[in-house]
Amino acid sequence: MHDNKRKRRKIRGFSKVGSIEARWGYFFLLPNIIGFLTFTLIPVAVSLFLSLCRYDILTPARFVGLLNYSRLLRDSYNLNALKNTLYYTLGVIPSGIIISLFLAILVNQKLKEIVLYRALFFLPVITSMVAVSVVWAWLYDPVNGYINYILRWFGIDGPNWLGSTTWAMPAIIIMSVWKGLGFNMVIYLAALQGIPEQLYEAARIDGAGWWAQFRHITLPMVSPTTFFVLIMSVIGSFQVFDQAYIMTRGGPAEATTTMVYQIYVNAFQYFRMGYASAIAWLLFFIILGASLFQIKFQKRWVFYE
Amino acid sequence: MNKKTKDFILRSILRIFLIIISLMMVVPFLWMITTSLKTSDQIFTWPPEWIPKPVIWSNYIDATTFFPFFRYLLNTAFITICIVIGQLITCSMGGYAFARVRFPGRDTLFILYIATMMIPGQVTIIPVYILFKWLHWIDTYYAVIVPGLFSAFGTFLLRQFFLTIPRELEEAAIIDGCSIFGIYHRIILPLSKPALATLGIFTFMGAWNSFFWPLIVLNSQERMTLSVGLALFVGPFDTTFNTLMAASTLVLLPVILAYVFAQGYFVRGITLSGLKG
Repeated sequence: MHDNKRKRRKIRGFSKVGSIEARWGYFFLLPNIIGFLTFTLIPVAVSLFLSLCRYDILTPARFVGLLNYSRLLRDSYNLNALKNTLYYTLGVIPSGIIISLFLAILVNQKLKEIVLYRALFFLPVITSMVAVSVVWAWLYDPVNGYINYILRWFGIDGPNWLGSTTWAMPAIIIMSVWKGLGFNMVIYLAALQGIPEQLYEAARIDGAGWWAQFRHITLPMVSPTTFFVLIMSVIGSFQVFDQAYIMTRGGPAEATTTMVYQIYVNAFQYFRMGYASAIAWLLFFIILGASLFQIKFQKRWVFYE
Repeated sequence: MNKKTKDFILRSILRIFLIIISLMMVVPFLWMITTSLKTSDQIFTWPPEWIPKPVIWSNYIDATTFFPFFRYLLNTAFITICIVIGQLITCSMGGYAFARVRFPGRDTLFILYIATMMIPGQVTIIPVYILFKWLHWIDTYYAVIVPGLFSAFGTFLLRQFFLTIPRELEEAAIIDGCSIFGIYHRIILPLSKPALATLGIFTFMGAWNSFFWPLIVLNSQERMTLSVGLALFVGPFDTTFNTLMAASTLVLLPVILAYVFAQGYFVRGITLSGLKG
């Protein structure tokens, strides 16, 4: 009886360092601590140091101070990559969010076969970006591509998508929006299903039309989800690489070279490890800045119950 | 017009919309499959034809001669299985420690660990690459598997789930003399099957489709994954679109089949992470 009481106290209380429970705690955490130190904490520190060095793996690292960073701001390749990455982000995010909310509303209707549509819309999400990029490169073929064939139905002479400096980035953006729609749609669908039906009923009694209902009920009620989707999409789209690598190799004429592409080329083709690390840190600060900015301004438009 | 016909018309409009969008989602895959079965001449017919005449199955054989599909499939499956099992173990252990075991510094560690999710992978790849170079791990399975065994996101996901399990169950087990490991093994894990399945599917998708890191650390064909192999296939060879589409079909097929059979888990996983993230 006394024993049980002690055990019960152990659950409620907070155990000391060296107690059996604390030792178990560290034991359970050990794999994560090892992984965290080896693949996150130490690499982050090393990367910060490397960004202040010139290092090509073969010869020892040489400390150069902020040289890499000052070069970063003058390097036209890097500035071009930054511009392309912003272009991609601004192209993918608004259309991606608006269309996926629209799709979520469509698949939230009551139809017998609605589950089938949801599954089909989600299909591109699970597939490999590499394989999908290969397939779309064929769809974008200027002469025999299916996309230009469809455009011809409407009397439009499709451009030489991936071969044109003007159209290569929009082509990558369209494909990426297509691939990502299902993901955000599912998140929005969950949010839509969480809106109490009474809100709409009350609005209808007050004579609100569908647009008023959407504007004054749906949008505010899903705004926390929009905030989440926005933050995640911005982080993801700044790291775009696979599509540009497969479909255009950053071309034509550097029109689709992104920041991660620049990191890849500098680090693993030219072995400029220090400079590539500096680009990675620039990327990190941009992502951090964008996230903090959104968190700061969420109060203006995100509605929490 | 009575309510019934109005309802019917609205439903039909909705259906037409949904079918058009479904086609936009599926046509790229269907076009891939039919291209993969066409002759090199038929690819270039105008207007494009949907039915391959004749059906050229040998495109798949051609594709696999330059593109050792089965080798890549085996490599990808091996790497993915190791990563999925590894992450389920490390994340469930970590999640359990953060959710249930009490020890000094736990909550500080937790916040620190979660904060690392903000750091983009590109910051850490160069030092990890240098470490692996030094360990002679470049172009080995280790280089792909070992960094994939840990996940702050997965630990966070499972911790959130473990927190929802009622404590009374554990208290009863402790009174019956169950150790802390016993609680993890006999109570927490069996009760968390849906969350573990979710994380498993998530990790599966990530590991199976991952490209950037394997592209960097794998060089030889014997160890390449499907994604890296396919990317390589696009480049130097003068491949025609029919063999390229055959190779793409082979790469996509396993995941699409997995999706058909475990569709609910895929979707639920996203929702769960979306709501709690």
